Amino acid sequence: MQRFSALSLVMHGLTGHRRWKPQWRKAEPQPAYDAVIVGGGGHGLATAYYLAKEHGLSRIAVLEKGWIGGGNTGRNTTIIRSNYLFAESAALYDHALKLWEGLAQALNYNVMFSQRGVMMLAHTVHDVQVVKRHVFANRASGVDNEWLSPEEAKAFCPPLNIGPIRYPVLGAALQRRGGVARHDAVAWGFARAADALGVDIVENCAVTGILRDSAGAVAGVETTRGPIRAARVGVAAAGHSSVVLGMAGVRLPLESYPLQALVSEPVKPVMPCVVMSNTIHAYVSQSDKGELVIGAGTDAYTSYTQRGALHISNHALEAICELFPQFRRLRMLRNWGGIVDVSPDRSPIIGRTPVPGLYVNCGWGTGGFKATPGSGHLFAWTIAHDEPHPINAPFTLERFREGRLIDETAAAAVAH
Amino acid sequence: MLLIDCPYCGERPEIEFVHGGQAHLARPARPAEASDSQWADYLYLRDNLQGVHAERWRHTHGCGRYFNALRDTTSDRFIATYAIGESPPVGTADTSRGRGSP
Repeated sequence: MQRFSALSLVMHGLTGHRRWKPQWRKAEPQPAYDAVIVGGGGHGLATAYYLAKEHGLSRIAVLEKGWIGGGNTGRNTTIIRSNYLFAESAALYDHALKLWEGLAQALNYNVMFSQRGVMMLAHTVHDVQVVKRHVFANRASGVDNEWLSPEEAKAFCPPLNIGPIRYPVLGAALQRRGGVARHDAVAWGFARAADALGVDIVENCAVTGILRDSAGAVAGVETTRGPIRAARVGVAAAGHSSVVLGMAGVRLPLESYPLQALVSEPVKPVMPCVVMSNTIHAYVSQSDKGELVIGAGTDAYTSYTQRGALHISNHALEAICELFPQFRRLRMLRNWGGIVDVSPDRSPIIGRTPVPGLYVNCGWGTGGFKATPGSGHLFAWTIAHDEPHPINAPFTLERFREGRLIDETAAAAVAH
Repeated sequence: MLLIDCPYCGERPEIEFVHGGQAHLARPARPAEASDSQWADYLYLRDNLQGVHAERWRHTHGCGRYFNALRDTTSDRFIATYAIGESPPVGTADTSRGRGSP
């Protein structure tokens, strides 16, 4: 791997930047591996990286049906925070947040992680009670979160309208360690670092079947580029998890919905932080290019179409125009949809499946990007040890049978 | 926005409806005798398939009635709508069910 440094930039500058090499190989699939990861998004690539780095597996492949980072990794609004209500969730997402804080150094790749603060608005008396409960629960479990009055929220985010609007701002919770990262760079950084450790990243390779041995355990996968044998298969296929696991006869407690996002034309810096409102379904931040990045709620019905209805994104835009009247004149450049796998308790599923050697990492729903490094780290542990890490032990498939739901539904019933 | 053909009212825009999830799920006849696994299957497991999906809708801002629909989740195209308690129209269901249904 060519390491990036100030010196390497100067040296390449002196040769007109003509000598940069591809950052990772275009690998051809080999007949057999120790472990195969299905899904080349951030979660899958991070899993492969940590499997190689921390668990010493040498022959690992990541199989991606399209191009890496082309699914939800490249379609989300890049919000990172860990102020979830329940202790199990806060531990899970804070594990990820701590990895984010050292990720650019660990990967030697600038993921543009910016802890500019995530502010969650409260618009009703009920919101105020729920958000304050979050603040207190988070502080009790060692996760930073603080309550701001409307005036303090306005001071932190000057463009915010705290006037008498339909859903007035009655206060906000602020997690200062939260923020955003560059989503493509996360996929590329993990791909480059995993490749340097010998991981084969195979694009345009869709899994079409799960191979089983005579005892019923996983023996590999059937793909559009031929069969690949592996004793361990980890599936990180987001919205398509039910489809991939269905190939092994495993049904999941998931439903896949379209989730939409939009970006505006680029403007000079105006939004200093991330602002989100669960109540009126609006999420907004400003990218380093200057575009406002806006997230909407999920569509009403299950679908695999990667598009959604206009009235859903309109709803988010109406809310944003009230909260930020000066954005009314901005043009939207693009809108798109991703397919998110929503679990009954809005918490992820990371663990074994009823099929020996087959592991699943899914159910991240509308908020998986923030967990990318933590998700990969814990999933790699689960695959390497054939049992969950203590942090993801509460998040296994068995929780639905055992009635141990981690119900973040009320906490974040909509996109987060 | 989808245009949905309510069996009772005719075609109406999607915003008049609420999606009611997978259709034809049978509640265990004797819940007290169902095992934890059977009960969890009924409550939580869904086909979530890629292809023709049988699902419930409720015409909340119209007649208020539930009905069933067959919709292709890869195109969002409706194939048929039919009343609660009826089986999917012949020739539209199982033969064309998509991937993900084990």
